[in-house]
Amino acid sequence: MTTQPDTASSESTDMTNPEAGEAANGGLGPASVDGMSAVADSAADPRDDFAVDDYATGPDTVERASATPGELQPYPELGLRDDEYERIRQLLGRRPTQSELAMYSIMWSEHCSYKSSKVHLRQFGEKAPASDRLLAGIGENAGVIQVSDTLAVTFKIESHNHPSFVEPYQGAATGVGGIVRDILAMGARPVAVMDALRFGAADHEDTARVLPGVVAGVGGYGNSLGLPNIGGELVFDPCCQGNPLVNALCVGVLPVDRLQNKAAAGAGNVVVLMGAKTGRDGIGGVSVLASATFDDASEQRRPAVQVGDPFTEKLLIEACLELYDAGLVVGIQDLGGAGLTCALTETAAAAGTGMRVWLERVPLREPSMEPHEILASESQERMLLIVAPDKLDAVLKTADKWGVIATAIGEVTAAQADGEPGRLLITWRDQTVVDVPPASLADDGPVYARPMREPADLILLQADRAETLPRPSTPEALRETVLRMIASPNLCDKTWVTEQYDRYVLGNTVLAQPEDAGIIRIDEESGLGVALSVDGNGRYARLDPYNGAKLALAESYRNVAVTGAQPVAVTNCLNFGSPEDPAVMWQFAEAVRGLADGCAELGIPVSGGNVSFYNQTGAAAIHPTPVVGVLGLLDDVAQRVPMGFAPPATPDGDLIFLLGETRLELSGSEWASVTHDHLGGVPPRVDLVREQVLARVIADAAGAGHVTAAHDLSDGGLAQTLVESCLRRGVGAQITVPEEFTNGSMPFVYLFSESAGRAIVVVPRAHEDAFAALCGQYELPATLIGVTDATNATLEVVDQFTLGLDELRTAFTSTLPRLFGGTATDPAADAHAPAQAGVPAAAAVSSQAEPAGAAEPSDGADSVANDNG
Amino acid sequence: MTARVGVVTFPGSLDDGDAARAVRLAGGDAVRLWHNDSDLQGVDAVVLPGGFSYGDYLRCGAIARFAPMMESIVAAARDGLPVLGICNGFQILCEAHLLPGALTRNQHLHFRNRDQLLRVESIDTAFTNSFSAGQEVLIPVKNGEGCYVADERTLDELEATGRVVARYLGGNPNGSQRDIAAITNEAGNVVGIMPHPEHAVEALTGPSLDGLGFFTSILKHLAGAPA
Repeated sequence: MTTQPDTASSESTDMTNPEAGEAANGGLGPASVDGMSAVADSAADPRDDFAVDDYATGPDTVERASATPGELQPYPELGLRDDEYERIRQLLGRRPTQSELAMYSIMWSEHCSYKSSKVHLRQFGEKAPASDRLLAGIGENAGVIQVSDTLAVTFKIESHNHPSFVEPYQGAATGVGGIVRDILAMGARPVAVMDALRFGAADHEDTARVLPGVVAGVGGYGNSLGLPNIGGELVFDPCCQGNPLVNALCVGVLPVDRLQNKAAAGAGNVVVLMGAKTGRDGIGGVSVLASATFDDASEQRRPAVQVGDPFTEKLLIEACLELYDAGLVVGIQDLGGAGLTCALTETAAAAGTGMRVWLERVPLREPSMEPHEILASESQERMLLIVAPDKLDAVLKTADKWGVIATAIGEVTAAQADGEPGRLLITWRDQTVVDVPPASLADDGPVYARPMREPADLILLQADRAETLPRPSTPEALRETVLRMIASPNLCDKTWVTEQYDRYVLGNTVLAQPEDAGIIRIDEESGLGVALSVDGNGRYARLDPYNGAKLALAESYRNVAVTGAQPVAVTNCLNFGSPEDPAVMWQFAEAVRGLADGCAELGIPVSGGNVSFYNQTGAAAIHPTPVVGVLGLLDDVAQRVPMGFAPPATPDGDLIFLLGETRLELSGSEWASVTHDHLGGVPPRVDLVREQVLARVIADAAGAGHVTAAHDLSDGGLAQTLVESCLRRGVGAQITVPEEFTNGSMPFVYLFSESAGRAIVVVPRAHEDAFAALCGQYELPATLIGVTDATNATLEVVDQFTLGLDELRTAFTSTLPRLFGGTATDPAADAHAPAQAGVPAAAAVSSQAEPAGAAEPSDGADSVANDNG
Repeated sequence: MTARVGVVTFPGSLDDGDAARAVRLAGGDAVRLWHNDSDLQGVDAVVLPGGFSYGDYLRCGAIARFAPMMESIVAAARDGLPVLGICNGFQILCEAHLLPGALTRNQHLHFRNRDQLLRVESIDTAFTNSFSAGQEVLIPVKNGEGCYVADERTLDELEATGRVVARYLGGNPNGSQRDIAAITNEAGNVVGIMPHPEHAVEALTGPSLDGLGFFTSILKHLAGAPA
């Protein structure tokens, strides 16, 4: 939770925007800043009638800074507050140089310093259950979890929201690139990626602009790196209009003894910059692009988005792994957000050493770049290595083999004689442009306890329960609701997106989307594997951020568990609005508290994560959206449990059990949103003990061969789960609603309630007694609800309706192709031609529907995306 | 003696490990070859794997064909060395003029990854002799530039001489002319295929085991080849 070294220029900002002044008055927590005299004496000095940018005589040097103490500096434009600027002056005993000012503005930004979130994130460490698996945790580039005597796994999720809005393809692509380098920096070979994506309404014109580019960017970068994309989320919500959420997760594998660290230890060691040349792309990513909430000028910030080159990153991966295996590096850090500034200061601060850097040695794409630009550049595909002098030749040779540039740009210097840490001294053509204590940038940024206040509308919102909405109560209405719901953008088939991702490369993908969790085999000999899921539900968190965060954790945990894996660690990406809004800050604090409590209850630690603030356009913040990733282990991936019904072993079908309890819980549900455009009430009850029991039963049953399929229940309830399990392998089912759910609208409740802690499992005949005994042993409610049916290609809910799998498939698969071009079912179709196929089913259904909110797609035909450019 | 099958790694190759695994699962020895070397190390056959060689920022495969290893492979292929190009490997074989035609951007302009049904049209090659004529196989396809194109005369000739090795069934994933998924040279020792047989060699990780046939065919071919 210290800095967040990668994902160039994601989120976060400081208070550059004018509104900040207002927030600053009340927003300054007691723990924050000491001296408050803004820009002391600046106007007093007669020498300072020019702006910093006007130098004709070379860069702003330390010498010059000492001689011109009163010079006006553009710190507000760089996102620094008056008091923060004053603190920098006190730290240095003079005004900062232009380069130093750039460095502080970046490192003290929200993005790098976590100044608003730090006081809350501490709970992840304080409440963490003891784990002897955790080899590296929060504060490292990524958490590392030991999974066998010899192997460890590292994983992390990070946001790249703002860049993806401004420039969808490159923003998303470099989001993948950034998280991959985090994993690489730990000594791991990256082995898979996932992406959690949130956009505005599916039929909104800006979604048509952003989504195709983001998906192509995630695919373009990941595919070119040879990393299978094994899952993720695709969610549409009007609150993300103008503020998409692009969260990328990467998982890597390393031998335990190859774990790397970032400390620049050992005076005399060489500082090597390896990878792409440094250019002007991404300058100010963290402090300018992310420096304000979104507005119409965002488009003009495109130069602040980095441009990715996955080929160079692929070479960088291979080169780094070869260096690790040969034991050639002492320390390593990736460059991402805050670029060289972050890498130099963090590596030095971690070791307490100093560093001497010759900045003109940095290979540049653009020779006219100035020192502060080189230090701030967020050019992608770069790593900083700390190398013993006698290993330098070998390092350069390996880099050369892989065709990547590696350049010695400096050396590690000793701590000071009095035991104080060393200083970071940077020269540019023999002129000293930076002379600072590294930790003042990396570790000692401002920390704010910002004011928090429960949103004023929350009580009313919670009182407006979806359980009071009119519900379908006839078989016909129920049937139509099923068809309408599975065709709705959040519940429909996501193949349009996922088939743009390579899921096969590396040959170890055992499960990938649309399965509940992705599974990667990490040891071909033993079959050892990891399962991963990412989940979040902004609507639940909006209604109750504490329990919403727990529900996200519960769902992710459950998704991993239903594959038979044992959940062991958690990563998270916390997407929120402006921390300067006390209501947002309250949501954030509640969500963190919920997640930390939840992890403690489940006994699995948070191993790392990322915070993304300022996700709002104007005054409207997104729903608080904690996205939670859970990592699970499988001793043998051959034991994994898939989600699809398998052709039954006997003609009378296998048995389908519903595990857990179904309550009348519709608030925050997909149904309330789709059919009533409604958000209110309190989200489903969360019971993490029950989740643990569910996980244990499925793992035991899978190990004993009692289950052939399992699928979690979440958005869209039982109906959605049944349809997905039927369509996966084209096997039908016959379901009987339990007696107590047969009256009035209760069949609907049984099919669409979103009660947590539930899953369905398929048990072959002859195993049912043993399975029931297992459930009894753990006191897990298990209800026999039906049988699989290979002879009739239908989903039948007895006494309610029968739907053909073909009809279900048409409704399920037509939505995204209709919205974004092409068709999922006809590969030969040309995406240039706006697709029409499939509309009938969806349209017919939506015209039916109940009270129906105004949110009903009304201009689908116009919004067909054909953005293939 | 076990067949030794070389798998070339170019900078940007991605499926080289998968190809090597497929060779091993088929019973052969996989020998890793480096793009910048020219020594074929006496291998009995070569696989050019999928990926994005040299980033493929130019035409796919356009730079790879100039690699020192490719010069050796082109010469050896002309002397009958069995060479299988998968995806990027197919593109490289076309750029190297070992196969006619070219692979262009998918008609729908998206990268597309799906399980694809193919019909094996020719079993007279070094890589398809384990199949039966007309056999339908399920193999993953994944590419952004897999649309096979050639002039009409070349297409007619490929068909007339039985050099179309496999066609897409149940939907053409990229717009390839005449649904062509794989072709061979006149001698039948060089095959280019756009889908990825190396991803269909294990029940746990692939949609089928159909891909293995392409690799067992090499061994069968070598066993039958004159010493």
